[in-house]
Amino acid sequence: MLADKDRIFTNLYGYQDWGLKAAQARGDWDNTKDILARGQDAIIDEIKASGLRGRGGAGFPTGMKWSFMPKESKDGRPSFLVINADESEPGSCKDREIIRHDPHKLIEGALVAGYAMRARAAYIYIRGEYIREAWRLEDAVKQAYDAGLIGKNACGSGYDFDVFVHRGAGAYICGEETAMIESLEGKKGQPRLKPPFPAGAGLYGCPTTVNNVESIAVAPTIIRRGATWFSSFGRENNKGTKLFQISGHVDKPCVVEEAMSIPFSELIEKHCGGIRGGKDNLLAVIPGGSSVPLVPAEQIWDAPMDFDGLKEVGSGLGTAAVIIMDKSTDIVRAISRLSYFYKHESCGQCTPCREGTGWMWRMMERLRTGDAAVDEIDMLQQVTKQVEGHTICALGDAAAWPIQGLIKHFRPELERRIAEAGNMAEAAE
Amino acid sequence: MPTVKVDGQEIEVPAGATVLQACELAGKEIPRFCYHERLSIAGNCRMCLVEVKPGPPKPQASCALPATDGQEIRTDSEMVKKAREGVMEFLLINHPLDCPICDQGGECDLQDQSVAYGRGGSRYDENKRAVTEKYMGPLIKTTMTRCIHCTRCVRFSEEIAGVDEIGALYRGENMQITTYLEHAVKHELSANVIDLCPVGALTSRPYAFEARPWELKKTLGIDVMDALGANIRIDSRGREVMRALPRLNDDVNEEWLADKSRYAVDGLTRRRLDKVWIRQTSGENRGKLEAATWDDAFKKIKAAKPGKDIAAVYGDLLDCETMFAAKALLGAMGSTLIEGRQSGMTYDTSNLAAVNFNTTLAGIENADAVLIVGSQIRHEAPLLNVRLRKAVKRGAKVFVVGPEWETTYPATFLGNDLGVLNSLSSDVTDAMSKAERPAIILGGAALGRGALGKALALAGEWNVVREGWNGFNSLHFSASRMGGLMLGLAQAGGMADLIAAKPKVLLALGSDEVDFTKFPDTLKVFIGHHGDKGAHAADVILPAAAYTEKSGTYVNIEGRVQRSEKAVFAPGDAREDWTILRALADALGVTVGFDTFEQLRAAMFADTPALANEGLADFGMALPAGGGDASGEIAAYPVADYYLTNAICRASPTMQRCSAELLHGQDFAEAAE
Repeated sequence: MLADKDRIFTNLYGYQDWGLKAAQARGDWDNTKDILARGQDAIIDEIKASGLRGRGGAGFPTGMKWSFMPKESKDGRPSFLVINADESEPGSCKDREIIRHDPHKLIEGALVAGYAMRARAAYIYIRGEYIREAWRLEDAVKQAYDAGLIGKNACGSGYDFDVFVHRGAGAYICGEETAMIESLEGKKGQPRLKPPFPAGAGLYGCPTTVNNVESIAVAPTIIRRGATWFSSFGRENNKGTKLFQISGHVDKPCVVEEAMSIPFSELIEKHCGGIRGGKDNLLAVIPGGSSVPLVPAEQIWDAPMDFDGLKEVGSGLGTAAVIIMDKSTDIVRAISRLSYFYKHESCGQCTPCREGTGWMWRMMERLRTGDAAVDEIDMLQQVTKQVEGHTICALGDAAAWPIQGLIKHFRPELERRIAEAGNMAEAAE
Repeated sequence: MPTVKVDGQEIEVPAGATVLQACELAGKEIPRFCYHERLSIAGNCRMCLVEVKPGPPKPQASCALPATDGQEIRTDSEMVKKAREGVMEFLLINHPLDCPICDQGGECDLQDQSVAYGRGGSRYDENKRAVTEKYMGPLIKTTMTRCIHCTRCVRFSEEIAGVDEIGALYRGENMQITTYLEHAVKHELSANVIDLCPVGALTSRPYAFEARPWELKKTLGIDVMDALGANIRIDSRGREVMRALPRLNDDVNEEWLADKSRYAVDGLTRRRLDKVWIRQTSGENRGKLEAATWDDAFKKIKAAKPGKDIAAVYGDLLDCETMFAAKALLGAMGSTLIEGRQSGMTYDTSNLAAVNFNTTLAGIENADAVLIVGSQIRHEAPLLNVRLRKAVKRGAKVFVVGPEWETTYPATFLGNDLGVLNSLSSDVTDAMSKAERPAIILGGAALGRGALGKALALAGEWNVVREGWNGFNSLHFSASRMGGLMLGLAQAGGMADLIAAKPKVLLALGSDEVDFTKFPDTLKVFIGHHGDKGAHAADVILPAAAYTEKSGTYVNIEGRVQRSEKAVFAPGDAREDWTILRALADALGVTVGFDTFEQLRAAMFADTPALANEGLADFGMALPAGGGDASGEIAAYPVADYYLTNAICRASPTMQRCSAELLHGQDFAEAAE
């Protein structure tokens, strides 16, 4: 279990004030000027050495991402940092807690990361539904401006850096980095084709890096305490601490900072008071937010909660939004609801996702009631394969995977429902 | 020059090419819906998926992927076949099976590609999506249930036309293409989205349910609605022209066509002159037109004993052959009084380089500073406006002298008074004199107010003619203008010379814009195809052929000689114009030197050799010096109503409706809704 002294987010539960003074008392904004004085490359090298992987779901090494940004502007274009606070993945709620209770960690991180990648400004794109959080963030940004921590000559470092808070309008797809850039530019939130990648041509055609809130918020602490400290947690290639968000059928759902690679059982027993009704009552777990395939109880129990550990059980860490489902769950209905979510949130730009998500949801609804034929399960599997990997962004994959996970692990349940519905239909005749 | 392997075949492709282009160079067909080479790449239909190594182990959208050295591209693998079938299936699940009643049938990309790349049957058992109709104006008929969301129409409006009128609403499977608040699409190129639409979502409203493409005879023609000479394909069935579509010509119209050129063709069957008429000079029907025979008409003209007191004025839509036949006839009679600038313009035509669009249509895209004097380009030459927009996108600055109009690109208006040319601000002079490729475009409103001299002087000052670049341009809007000027058919004093000569007979060759009251004692013979202003004033009417009903040579504003073919026969007693003039020569007892169309052409080529070669005529690079000051207020541009500029479009119900609805805001609520 992670010791209190090793926690980055020391005000995660809001027991203390969120404001600048309290944040400074917790160590934020402590001599940020010195951090900046280390120089851009030193900061990036430190982050690289820490082994920090992006906390938004894909797990791309953060330091490497920063290093893709141009070292100097050859044509006068500025660079931008975009911070993805459009936390809309069902199950995810870590960025919300950071913004509510520790917004200065994020703003300081924006300055440090923005300086490291030579960005002129940071845009924090916050989810539209996070209304009070957006107010809080705006207040915190104002505090930081007033204290001279950002803006002209940020922290007395001589570097000019602005932070803008931009509110979304409630579209899940705007959490995709290029759709977020489109939305920031005032257009319909639809993912762009890659290449060109945002590091080459992103926001307003300028080099841009899009990072998750958590990835940015941990950066100053990593640099203060050193890459070795951070990388002392977790397994190789899965370093650091991470905010886990456990929801569903546990006694005490919570957001908790833990070391990476903590076994699932320890996470649940230590922090969440165990599965509702005991370990044997666990049916399945979606370990990384709605986009990753579910894992049945017997496979997840001892799995280490990190990128590679969950990949081995056919799923993924995602945003570490752990959704626990006990045996009272109608698993088909649960996945069908997720299918509806993806159908509702598909941007409609490219064909497989636009047409496929609706088709998949309709079939899932029929499978839920058993109003289907057994070979339709195979057809559904084929349709998910026709969507997966054929789309511009990853939403198509995200819509396909939960269904593939369901079919892989719960096919007997699907067949049982079809058989029962068939029997009832026969009996009625 | 990267080298790639397409299905095992090694091929070198130009730098910057996409994988799709590489496959096409290798002779492989790549199915596509959203990709269009003149629009930006959207990559959203996912039909063009191919397998590319190195790369992720999934199919890649070839339209958006740059071809790089050493790529191995497969278009024939199992993965590609599966991907295409999958995408095709998705496209079809919500596409209605209404091909039998769909106007796109027979020329539908979705139909063709589903046969070639789709599965045999559908596995989709759920209900299909239905989408409400969207009103897009009098030209575009929508059936949005058929839409496959390729966004070609959206990209066309935004990128080519330069107006943000079409866009997408909602998301996911509820995404709908519509116009802003369902207003009509109002720009002059709107109907091109019909050609771009790969399915039957956007079809032609006037042509709805008129014909199937396989019933139509396709004839290669040249458009005469403006002076650009857009290349068109005339689709006809029997004796009726059903529609006009653009043909590909990168030098002229690329593959676009203005709405007027496309939809005025339904005017070809209305208000036609299909027999000979003579105005009665005595009796109870005095002053009225009565049907007559060709012989009566010729006798009447002969009775006027014109001798050399004969003049001719030619209209805007004429082909060179007709104009030459008139020239030959008048020449045989001993007269040279022919003029075509019906509104009375008198600019100097002694040096054709001064009245030509020297930069060429394709060339103007490269201009980096453009001064437009007295032209509402969107109305006078919509396709030129497309080129100017491209130039501006590449960084050109545009200045306009004349009343403000809605440009589709940033432009600075300098005022209505031509006098501003005499003392241009330093912004303009700096931009023009420092530009690498400056261009001046002189429109009809300026030519008509004697600004040619001043413009030429400015051209000399800014040195717009330089190595590899001629930036001096006059912009006409009559299809016959450059051809007529090349044939030498202009008077120094313009129409005033004809009026002063008081001819006994005036041949009005399709000229509807002349003030005939200035010829009170002249026998006015109208040779034309529509009962419009010219026919109303005429004493004798000889029915002739419209542009689709005769072969002819046309010269566009840039001096490009192009030939048009005859698509259909003229209605009733109407004859091809040159045969009428030839018969008139017999009636008047003179010889014109040709009996067949071939002989006429040969004589015309002998007279004006430049017309013999299709392509750009050479007027030389040397411009006259010009001089003098410009003056005069441009109160309005000559094209008052874009949709009603000539006799054919005035007769067209479609153009009348466009004018009423799009220009004059008249409300045409759909009945029964």
